Amino acid sequence: MGIAETYSRGRRFAIERPFALVLAVIVVVLLGDLLRGLATGQTQFADIGTLVWDGLMRGLVIGLAGIGLSMTYSILNFANFSHGDYITAGAFSGWATTYLIAGLGRADIGALLLVGAGGSVYGGTLGIGMLSTPLAVVAGIVVSGGFAIALSLAVDRTIFKPIRNEDGITLLITSIGVAFALRYLMQFVFGSDVRGTTAQPPSLSLYFIDGTVFINAHDITLLVVASGLMLGVHVLLQRTKLGKAMRAMADNKDLALITGISTERVVRATWIIGGGLTGVAGYMFILWKGTLGFNDGWLLLLLIFAAVILGGIGSIYGAIAGGLVIGLTASMSVLWIPSAFSRAAAFVVMIVILLVKPSGLFSGRATA
Amino acid sequence: MSVRDDFTARIPGGDAGLIVLILLGTYLAYVLAGLVLGYTLRGQLNSIATLTFYIGVFAMLSLALNLHWGYTGLFNIGIVGFMAVGVYVTAIVTKPTYVAGGAAQVGGLGLPLWVGILAGMLAAALLGLVVALPALRLRADYLAIVTIAMSEIVRFSFLSGELQQFQLFGNRVGFGGGSGLILDFAPPLEALLRGLGLWNAYLGFVDASQVLIPTNPKPVVDGLVYGLLLLGFVAAFYWLLKRTGESPFGRVLKAIREDEDVANALGKNTDRFKIKSFMLGCALMGLAGILWLVPQGAVTPNFFRPRVTFFVWIALIIGGAGSNTGSVLGGAVFAAVLYQGPRYFQNLVTAVFPNLDSPSGFGQAISPLISQFDPVPFLLYTVDSIRQLQLVVMGLVLIWLMHNRPEGMLGYRKETASVIPLSRPQSTAADGGDDDSVRTDGGVDAAAQGGETDE
Repeated sequence: MGIAETYSRGRRFAIERPFALVLAVIVVVLLGDLLRGLATGQTQFADIGTLVWDGLMRGLVIGLAGIGLSMTYSILNFANFSHGDYITAGAFSGWATTYLIAGLGRADIGALLLVGAGGSVYGGTLGIGMLSTPLAVVAGIVVSGGFAIALSLAVDRTIFKPIRNEDGITLLITSIGVAFALRYLMQFVFGSDVRGTTAQPPSLSLYFIDGTVFINAHDITLLVVASGLMLGVHVLLQRTKLGKAMRAMADNKDLALITGISTERVVRATWIIGGGLTGVAGYMFILWKGTLGFNDGWLLLLLIFAAVILGGIGSIYGAIAGGLVIGLTASMSVLWIPSAFSRAAAFVVMIVILLVKPSGLFSGRATA
Repeated sequence: MSVRDDFTARIPGGDAGLIVLILLGTYLAYVLAGLVLGYTLRGQLNSIATLTFYIGVFAMLSLALNLHWGYTGLFNIGIVGFMAVGVYVTAIVTKPTYVAGGAAQVGGLGLPLWVGILAGMLAAALLGLVVALPALRLRADYLAIVTIAMSEIVRFSFLSGELQQFQLFGNRVGFGGGSGLILDFAPPLEALLRGLGLWNAYLGFVDASQVLIPTNPKPVVDGLVYGLLLLGFVAAFYWLLKRTGESPFGRVLKAIREDEDVANALGKNTDRFKIKSFMLGCALMGLAGILWLVPQGAVTPNFFRPRVTFFVWIALIIGGAGSNTGSVLGGAVFAAVLYQGPRYFQNLVTAVFPNLDSPSGFGQAISPLISQFDPVPFLLYTVDSIRQLQLVVMGLVLIWLMHNRPEGMLGYRKETASVIPLSRPQSTAADGGDDDSVRTDGGVDAAAQGGETDE
């Protein structure tokens, strides 16, 4: 291969994919800056390790919640803006359960059920944590998933089902209505204050080249629960008849219908799986970050959308991978830009992917 | 369809008549409610001024959104971001230059307000361009996600400490971070009247109005006159959009909404048309934001939460996307019933029962209901938190509308891209032309549905 050939190929690439080239230059510059920081000792390896771990945790939450969004996006064909409030609803239901079990007899039941609204009970005072109150946490996880399933089925039955055959934008607008109704109903019940939910969990300190990276019990819990559920979804979709029906439905609705797959059954299964994962993701998110407010799900939703689009709508592996990329971007961006813009950086990554590869990293292959 | 046409045709004055009729009805309801409560004239005038203000801003915003969604089919849910950019740029350009020891933490460039407003609109339009370039070629739902992400990025940027203050042309300026900016310059009304040389005449008019309002009439008169000014802006927006919609440019926009591929095949560079329409709408949103927030005297980033975007969408959907008259009506109905209505109701309740202390939380509100079947604390809490419940109600209204009346009040009058009417001719002669028009009608519907499920 001669130099001329390499040159002409390079030139063709530069003309055909200008965005990709600019992107590559930016990535090289950022990496160069990082390496310079490491070489001069401005940036420590341990700092990067901490950020990567933080991004990984964030990415697991986003990925877990993103699976449900991606599935409804491809099977029901609309962007569900109420998904973020399913996350919050799951989190509140789960945490009410956890508070109730952990604090029974030590505080007023009403205050416990309202997750300490108005500063009536504090999670830290109750000593809530995976190791200190394991039963309460496990019960919370189960309830959060169950409640989110019930909520998403109820909303689907009453609100989305009557307009199932409308176009995607009609459903999208309706879902925005659902989102606002749910969010402010939760604010009405639980109040607008952000409350601390957990006691400081015990943590491991790992020595990493030039410093320590702390990994606490809740990180491990999140890692185990999220990867377990992701594996479960994988097995369900690949090995069961229901999974095959769902994949067929996402791929080609008409073809699935004439092979005798019941649309409504698949839709119900989608809400059950997606809703359950979403509720658990909401619970785990709060367990991991230790605070709970009525806006949490909405703020996470935009990152989840970024992840789902990044991975390719309809692909659950895309949602997981996209979640990890978005989580890592949001966390690692503080190496280069002020932390106030970390969310913006995640959106920029999404926009870049929309420009370079609009169908997403996993090319939008339906639910597989 | 014909029944509704008859209804609007029977109102004298057509569209303008309908708008005036609805506005008069709304004002009458507010005045009657005020009378029942024994409001003074000052109170009445104040509530009318506030109502007019919100009718004005929501009508302007839904007209601008109608250009995006109703005409061009661009699903913009980042309205509040364009408003925020308009307001902040206006503030930076217009605020007086920084003086150490003054009340304001940061200054501005100290230019006249009209320069600031133009700069704000230009900045909103440029932001629109930046958003539109990557997103317009993609599906409608991608544009939705990109625009709402943009509006949140804008809010977080204004919140951030890094942009709290910086140097611009040697002046200390900034966005003020979370505590926001003081807009310490003459409000639009004063600037306009001073510019026209009418300021002293206006002050004389204010003095004369002491006959009606004996003490300190200026705030009341200011509010009323500013409300009228806003209605003037609504009329200007309406005229501009009507002209745009009827121009060849507007016909291309409608063609894009109905079937972009066809418009493309006819040799129209649809990307360019969409970007122009998007930028124009964004500039108008910026202007509406400026007219909304500059008179308030201060601005904080957290005003620009996505809920404002949601308000404008509800206003447009109530009125009917695709119809300018519908947009104005939707803005008015939304402002009067859904936005100001519950707040007015809350004021009424507190005016009737002044000495009620409502429970501070849901727990205290619900426990008497469960234990003693005493609903009073719960009702008090409901009234007290009406600003949250208002959003719940709006969400339910939006769902109801999408279920039962997605075309809104006047959306059935959505203008088609064609210059000639597409409806079936009145004559019974069934010739080739008749057949043609039927097919075109059907094609429009199919295209509108197919456009979203494309790809």
